[in-house]
Amino acid sequence: MNDRLYKLSRTSPESTDLAQTAQEMASTTRRDFLKTLGTACVAIAIAPVAEKLSVAEAAKTENTPAERDWSKHKWGMAIDVEKCIGCGHCVVACKEENGVPKEPFYFRTWIERYQQFGDETVVDSPNGGYDGFPPETERAERLDKAFFVPKLCNACEHSPCVQVCPVGATFETPDGAVLVDPDYCIGCRYCIQACPYGTRFLNPITGVADKCTLCYHRIHNGQQPACVENCPTGARLFGDLKDQDGPLNQFLREHKIHVLKPHLNTYPKVFYSGIDKEVR
Amino acid sequence: MEHVSHLYEALERVVGFIYPNEVEAHWSVLIVLYPYLTGLVAGAFILASLERVFNVRAVRPTYRLALLTALAFLIIAPLPLLSHLSKPWRFWEILVTPHLTSAMAMFGFVYMWYLMVVLLLEIWFDYRRDFVIWSQQTTGFKRFFYKVLTLGVTDVSEKAIRFDEAAVKTITMIGIPSAFLLHGYVGFIFGSIKANPWWSSVLMPVIFLFSAIVSGIALVLLIYLISNKIRRVPQNMECLDTLGRYLLYIFIIDFALEGLDVIQRTYTAEESFDIIYALVHGHLFATHVVMQLILGTFVPLALLGWIQFGKVSAPARVRIYWLSSVLTLIGIFFMRWNVVIGGQLFSKSLRGFTTYKVELIGWEGGLMALSQAILPVLILIFLIKFLPPWQEHPVTDRAH
Ligand code: SF4
Ligand code: SF4
Repeated sequence: MNDRLYKLSRTSPESTDLAQTAQEMASTTRRDFLKTLGTACVAIAIAPVAEKLSVAEAAKTENTPAERDWSKHKWGMAIDVEKCIGCGHCVVACKEENGVPKEPFYFRTWIERYQQFGDETVVDSPNGGYDGFPPETERAERLDKAFFVPKLCNACEHSPCVQVCPVGATFETPDGAVLVDPDYCIGCRYCIQACPYGTRFLNPITGVADKCTLCYHRIHNGQQPACVENCPTGARLFGDLKDQDGPLNQFLREHKIHVLKPHLNTYPKVFYSGIDKEVR
Repeated sequence: MEHVSHLYEALERVVGFIYPNEVEAHWSVLIVLYPYLTGLVAGAFILASLERVFNVRAVRPTYRLALLTALAFLIIAPLPLLSHLSKPWRFWEILVTPHLTSAMAMFGFVYMWYLMVVLLLEIWFDYRRDFVIWSQQTTGFKRFFYKVLTLGVTDVSEKAIRFDEAAVKTITMIGIPSAFLLHGYVGFIFGSIKANPWWSSVLMPVIFLFSAIVSGIALVLLIYLISNKIRRVPQNMECLDTLGRYLLYIFIIDFALEGLDVIQRTYTAEESFDIIYALVHGHLFATHVVMQLILGTFVPLALLGWIQFGKVSAPARVRIYWLSSVLTLIGIFFMRWNVVIGGQLFSKSLRGFTTYKVELIGWEGGLMALSQAILPVLILIFLIKFLPPWQEHPVTDRAH
């Protein structure tokens, strides 16, 4: 188990290869890179990263499985919907970081826009929010409400995807991430069917199931997930649920929190503040 | 990029809002074929056991035919599942490192059990005496072939034959629950996906099971009709009528179960009801209402029911059996289609639809599916040639 986790928790060769292949295929790489760089600068300038870095510090001291006490952490994320401006920088950063194909069919994280016109709620997510959102111009009615909801793997405590994988390629780490071992996955796509949140896809380059890993390779090097680091408004907050006084638990205490599709009993570890009943 | 060009096409046909990863239907027509084939196996086997365990003498002419049909289709059943994997060469991982909470991981074991322990053993015991006789009556390669098949057990004394009979009966008794397991578990693969309201139903394994029996009987009925025609022997009306009656009864149970499912969904009208209603009335109208319900259920039910209550002449009954068995097989195919494909057409956001189009060419295309559907028929022809299932010969006609 530990070897496997170790392999996956480092920036694994698979994902580097993958990133390269994806980069070779994409023609707009340089622009994207600059964009990411730009956002990262903005993020450092604006976002209150200092307190988040303290979590990162804690993780920094234990880089190899031998030194690591798996029971010490339970990673989770909080999303403050009121802060999200739909800029899509997190989507870009995630695709760059994890070598996710650029086509509009593959996302480890994406942004949905909810717009309420009277009784009608319109939801869209053009290219997953990768390029941000065009203003809604065509509709004459008045827009009552609009907000953006970032989505990603919910790192379910009772994850249906883990339950159904016939070979155990999808597994849960003791510290609460859900990962796919690309060397084991047979590509049956049962997990994709089982995930209630549509967060999984079959990577067309590797031919195996793919999904958000909470940037497992980064968080164990003491860094933040790429989406968190690149969010200019601090709408995403990554942290350790076991750290009672940590920023994540503090946030959860101070806000009204929802999880997605609670009736399915998946017990997500991604928590939303400020979402509407429309969000599923 | 080549591999996603078809997804751009599909993207244009998306209606409403779907999660961005949902444009592609991940389970193709091959996964429609998989429960279809296993269903035919389970159904054919259960039909065979009618004769053996419950002594339904009238269907005896189809006993061996049903067993061989089950075997031919069982041999091919894993193929669609296997060829739809994106890493098919890792398939053995399911057997050596199975994940025990996964319904799919059980596939290999249920399959092996059924193939090795139930079907092959039963066929072997049933044919053993014939193998001995044929190995004496034939020459050359055939002689060698049958000799090998006897596995060296050449004792055809009355005592030995009685042992064979008892063995067949025991295996059949183990076989019936195994056939239930085989198809019930395929239904469980879908029924246990709680993320998908079209699939997630406790009735799913039971509906799969009864539709399996229906399709199996229809298939054996059809094969029996065809084989009589080819062999130019008169149709055995008693056997046909009995098969037809069983088909009708089990079809009614199957229909009642599916109806119950629909009524319950409509009555409770849960969160997902609107989208499922839209699904059935829009995207699935042709395959669900027209093909499955009207053509594949109502018409054969009406025809088979008419025979029971009306006075229908023998030649007309034969024609009705032809028609209703073909229609039933089509209807059950579309039932599988509507479950597998239908369940992927609507978004788990319950706000929109994607589309699925069968490509003709390609690894998961229509031609591939068609060839995998024809393969078991070829295997069956081969089996019938080497293991003639006809029991009119006095030597092989056994008394009960
Ligand atoms: S959100 Fe989906 S992929 Fe993530 S753990 Fe839950 S079921 Fe698995
Ligand atoms: S696609 Fe891979 S990870 Fe998903 S269930 Fe199948 S084997 Fe497991």
